[in-house]
Amino acid sequence: MSPPGARALNRTALFERHREAGARFTEFAGWEMPLSYAGPREEHVAVRQACGVFDVSHMGQIETSGPQAGALLQRLLSNDVAAIPFSVGADAGIGTGGAQYSVLCREDGGVLDDLFTYRLDSDRYLTVTNAATHARDLDWFRAHASEFPEAQVSDRISDYAMLAVQGPLARGIVQAISDSPLPRRMTAASRRLAGADVLVCGTGYTGEEGVELLCRPEDAPALWDEIVRRGAVPAGLVARDTLRLEVCFHLYGNDLTLERGPIEAGLGWCCKEHTGFIGAPAVRAVREAGPAEKLVAFAIDGPGIARPGNPVVGGGEVTSGTLSPCLGVGIGLAYVPSAAAVTGTRLEIDVRGKMRAAVVKDKPLYTKPPEDAPA
Amino acid sequence: MTEASYPEELLYHPEHDWARVEGEQATLGITWYAQDALGEVVFFEPPAVGTSVSKDAPYAEVESVKAVSDVIAPLSGEVTEVNAALAQNPQVINEDPYGEGWLVKVRLSDPSEPQALMDAVAYSASLAG
Repeated sequence: MSPPGARALNRTALFERHREAGARFTEFAGWEMPLSYAGPREEHVAVRQACGVFDVSHMGQIETSGPQAGALLQRLLSNDVAAIPFSVGADAGIGTGGAQYSVLCREDGGVLDDLFTYRLDSDRYLTVTNAATHARDLDWFRAHASEFPEAQVSDRISDYAMLAVQGPLARGIVQAISDSPLPRRMTAASRRLAGADVLVCGTGYTGEEGVELLCRPEDAPALWDEIVRRGAVPAGLVARDTLRLEVCFHLYGNDLTLERGPIEAGLGWCCKEHTGFIGAPAVRAVREAGPAEKLVAFAIDGPGIARPGNPVVGGGEVTSGTLSPCLGVGIGLAYVPSAAAVTGTRLEIDVRGKMRAAVVKDKPLYTKPPEDAPA
Repeated sequence: MTEASYPEELLYHPEHDWARVEGEQATLGITWYAQDALGEVVFFEPPAVGTSVSKDAPYAEVESVKAVSDVIAPLSGEVTEVNAALAQNPQVINEDPYGEGWLVKVRLSDPSEPQALMDAVAYSASLAG
């Protein structure tokens, strides 16, 4: 197999680590990324039960700074950027900023990307983009920055490597190499980790406790080695996808596209129309009228695995589908007519000509089992 | 199975399927290369006993977490038996692709077809190319 086109694929700062670990690679949005190492199921279970580490350096970063940085982001992002906190700690003056999820909409409400934004300082923010949409996002940011002369937009994709350390043991592993207590969930702060300056973010894409680490690319291999040495299992894109799908996190390009809006996708909670973001009138109109379709979680009742693009009988389509390693059945996300978007509704999905029964489920599909009761 | 292997007693189809021909019967499966490329198999649904399979045409699907692959028939015939154990343990296809991981048995409809398949040496050479 050869990569599409003559263009060489991008490699992250950790490529040699992945190769040495025996990773199987794939092309993803122009990057040569590890699909799996020991096997997707083992990696998935490691994250659910202990700790996994993912190289997500293919994701992009856009920094917005200056007196009007907040105002520009408020115009671009669907959530209320003014509500992202920032506080300077009593010790050494290192600040802790909030993390916030939002979507980036066009005027018609179509979704350009879904993004986490971290507040680095009172007038400095870092927004993490998806690899496939980074260049388009950057163009969009820059096109609208002209309305905010006191805001600067910088492409920081080459300045950061990014590791996601996820699982019930993740915070403990990272805490052990940190110079001070880790920022809490949904906050971000700079720390020294094993001698490197790292932005530690209490976020993730697996439904587990954990952190995402942004560091200079040249510091990434030593940081990776230290985290692996302390017990984190290297995990690839396949496990990343099965983990996020079990907890019903959206994947841009599958569950979110320009063709559908955030209300249809179930992301009304991160849209604050009163802020006047681009697309707010369109989003408000759909919210008030009620969407024609909604994104639902489903589980297959019986054998079979639905895949993206499989039609739902009676209208709609599957946008994500896999076998859930934790639940042992086919699961997925599908857009269905709103009348069918009710927990317990039975669906029929056309899986390459075979009709598979499925049931609409509550989100998330997977929830952590309760701690074992004392005997 | 972690090491590539292509047993000498089998015949091979370029779409990475093998056949063990015994008189008018043949057992079919996918090769070490196919299961390795696919990754851990999580689902296999065999065709029904009695259905016909045609050389070079898909007769079943095998799925890993990440992808679905058609399984191509290396020979034509009628399905006489399917490996029912794979419904519960599809990963046997990875662990033992030429043994416990066999997929179906067929009664051959054209006894001359096996001559068109590759032996282990030719198949291994095709993978190296």
